[in-house]
Amino acid sequence: MANAQAAHHHYFVPESSKWPIIATISIFTMFVGGALTLNDSGVGPEVLGAGFILFVYMLFGWFGEVIRESEKGIYGQWEDTSFRMGMMWFIFSEVMFFAAFFGALFYARVLSVPWLSGAGAEATTHAVLWPEFLADWPLLKLPSDYGFSEAKDVIGAWGVPALNTAILLASGGTVTWAHWGLQKNNRGQLILGLAMTVALGAIFVFMQAEEYSHAYHELGLTMSTGIYGATFFLLTGFHGFHVTMGTVMLAVILARSIRGHFKPKHHFAFEAVAWYWHFVDVVWIGLFIFVYWI
Amino acid sequence: MSDAAVHHDHHDAHHPTGIMRWLTTTNHKDIGTMYLVFSLMMFFVGGAMAMVIRLELFQPGLQWVDPQFFNSMTTMHALVMIFGAVMPAWTGFANWMIPMMIGAPDMALPRLNNWSFWILPFAFTLLLMTLFLPGGAPAGGWTMYPPLVLQTGAAFPFLIFAVHFMGASSVAGAINIIATVFNLRAPGMTLMKLPLFVWTWIITAFLLIASIPVLAGAVTMLLTDKFFGTAFFSAAGGGDPVMFQHIFWFFGHPEVYILILPAFGIVSAIIPTFARKPLFGYSSMVYAAASIAFLSFIVWAHHMFTVGMPLAGELFFMYATILIAVPTGVKVFNWVATMWQSSMTFETPMLFSIAFVVLFTIGGFSGLMLGITPVDFQYHDTYFVVAHFHYVLVTGAIFALMAGTYFWLPKWTGHMYDETLGQLHFWLSTISVNVLFFPQHFLGLAGMPRRIPDYAVQFADWNMVSSLGGFVFGVSQLLFLAVIVKCARGGAKARDQVWEGARGLEWTLPSPPPYHSFSTPPAPATIDGGYR
Repeated sequence: MANAQAAHHHYFVPESSKWPIIATISIFTMFVGGALTLNDSGVGPEVLGAGFILFVYMLFGWFGEVIRESEKGIYGQWEDTSFRMGMMWFIFSEVMFFAAFFGALFYARVLSVPWLSGAGAEATTHAVLWPEFLADWPLLKLPSDYGFSEAKDVIGAWGVPALNTAILLASGGTVTWAHWGLQKNNRGQLILGLAMTVALGAIFVFMQAEEYSHAYHELGLTMSTGIYGATFFLLTGFHGFHVTMGTVMLAVILARSIRGHFKPKHHFAFEAVAWYWHFVDVVWIGLFIFVYWI
Repeated sequence: MSDAAVHHDHHDAHHPTGIMRWLTTTNHKDIGTMYLVFSLMMFFVGGAMAMVIRLELFQPGLQWVDPQFFNSMTTMHALVMIFGAVMPAWTGFANWMIPMMIGAPDMALPRLNNWSFWILPFAFTLLLMTLFLPGGAPAGGWTMYPPLVLQTGAAFPFLIFAVHFMGASSVAGAINIIATVFNLRAPGMTLMKLPLFVWTWIITAFLLIASIPVLAGAVTMLLTDKFFGTAFFSAAGGGDPVMFQHIFWFFGHPEVYILILPAFGIVSAIIPTFARKPLFGYSSMVYAAASIAFLSFIVWAHHMFTVGMPLAGELFFMYATILIAVPTGVKVFNWVATMWQSSMTFETPMLFSIAFVVLFTIGGFSGLMLGITPVDFQYHDTYFVVAHFHYVLVTGAIFALMAGTYFWLPKWTGHMYDETLGQLHFWLSTISVNVLFFPQHFLGLAGMPRRIPDYAVQFADWNMVSSLGGFVFGVSQLLFLAVIVKCARGGAKARDQVWEGARGLEWTLPSPPPYHSFSTPPAPATIDGGYR
């Protein structure tokens, strides 16, 4: 498949590639380093760091190769459809990952916390375990503080979280505006829209970090403040991690746009990142409603 | 039968050779072979662990290993067999067969395909190295229930990360299969002409994508509970250990069907071939598989009837569970109806498939018994459960894997396997596996708990019988290995069609097929749906 012409008749099957095995080795190294770190055994952080460096090298190498192939015009409609399906179902798998944590939140809030205070048929549980315990949400007063600390308060919905909601929704608008620019071949609008989206993403992450600092230092709300702190930090933390990844991805797309990549009718990478961005947006709406608001 | 449309291209010339060929390959057949070889290795690793278990249970009392190590063996046996042997074997079959069955040049995302495979040896290095860590390998059961699993020693984070890694491999593989089937079918290969193995695999792929990330979430919560002070599974902090069981089994029940659905597909390919008759009720087979997959998401709590759920929960999960008998029954009756008044021959793949239908159905019936809540109260966590899931997984999934291996081995290698040895392997396996697992029903009904290294003396006789069956079954599998090695090294030349009654695109290719099969799609006329 040396020439682009052939790609329109044959599905593009790439030649052997070293990147997947490097990806595997780098992630394996990070897992070993992470496990050693958690077990407090000496060299853990160094191994973790080495794995991370190899991982970043792999990202540049693998994505670099794909971008070069794309710019050579090797990918036609047929290949694009595979990429679209790949990205779509990858995002769906991410949805299910978040579903596990939302499930934990709903289960605790609707079922297990009320059961601990004797709801349903659980009067004995309540009497035997912690008769003083009263169900409440957000749960500040824990059944027992053994191994846990208690938060003074939780983060209200209508301060920074509401502002962050507006920021993320606006960023969903700016990325769509950038997409319109790309489709009309208005490169200025494309680049400006992407730059605004990256900036809004970065502002979101920064404000979220500030909010975490406020929670830890002033409210005493930490990961170890019982089930509320656990669900709060894991849900918002994984979301924040995804926003960070999404911002990096958008920045790559911005850099590629500045270099003149993408055509009005051929820009899968842009769309994939835009889909991902809308996905983190939707997850945030769920978080805002169920974690912060009601 | 070699089709004129088969396009030989000669890109193979500049492929790396030696180990680098295998490390960097993007070819679906190379990757399929690696999956299958890896799976076979894990089958013997997990099998060796099972031998330790049966050796210790040969007699009452503690004879050979200490209880901690025994518990590690039950835990690791399950993890290795589920994630290392059965799941990679299905992906290996998918890699080899799906592109050939649908007339595609390769898998849709070949580099991702390489990545999906090569994760596995590394993930299992993470898991198996825990055998040598302080505190030993995980011993809290493959279900990883807290709080017990949180007492795991240095192995704990390795266990969690190994599960994450295997999960990434499964999800990537599933995405690839979906993209391949929906985007790379040859013109004329409509969805309702797909071989059932392809259908059952698409459905499996959706199950994987929807359930594996939930497992990743569950084990992540375990990790933060142990190392970062979260209270997901601690009642003292307002959490609930039972919540883990809900999240785990939301993954775990679809996982059961991930292990068995491709088996349905393989048996649906083999029975019509040796019955020389189209599959009875093709479309009902597709709808039944899809119904089973849907139901698998709303029955998870039947694994935890005894934890103290509200009555409404017990009833809902019981009724939903029993409902699965309907589509499963459709499948079993269809297989039987396919064989009805047909001209059957009994080569090794057919023998394993018929044994599958009979023995899997026994496992299905014991599953119905376990699905009835009040009855489960007595059977829960006994050897009856062990007997049940080994009937569906060994005489179900593993027998179908063996059937499929014998069925397609001539296509893969270009040589016929040794039929005498194959049939010997079949009869030794089928007799010994029943000696191994059938008495475990009696043990369970009599009250013997599972996951224990020692037991009361009234259970001694049947345990000894079960262990003897286990040793014969274990040794018989060396014969399976011998047949495969012998066939790979040589033997009578296989024809393109291999089996007289074989239908489908893969049989139009030479045996062994060229490195790239359908670089240009096959002519629509060759796609007749065959026996499907």
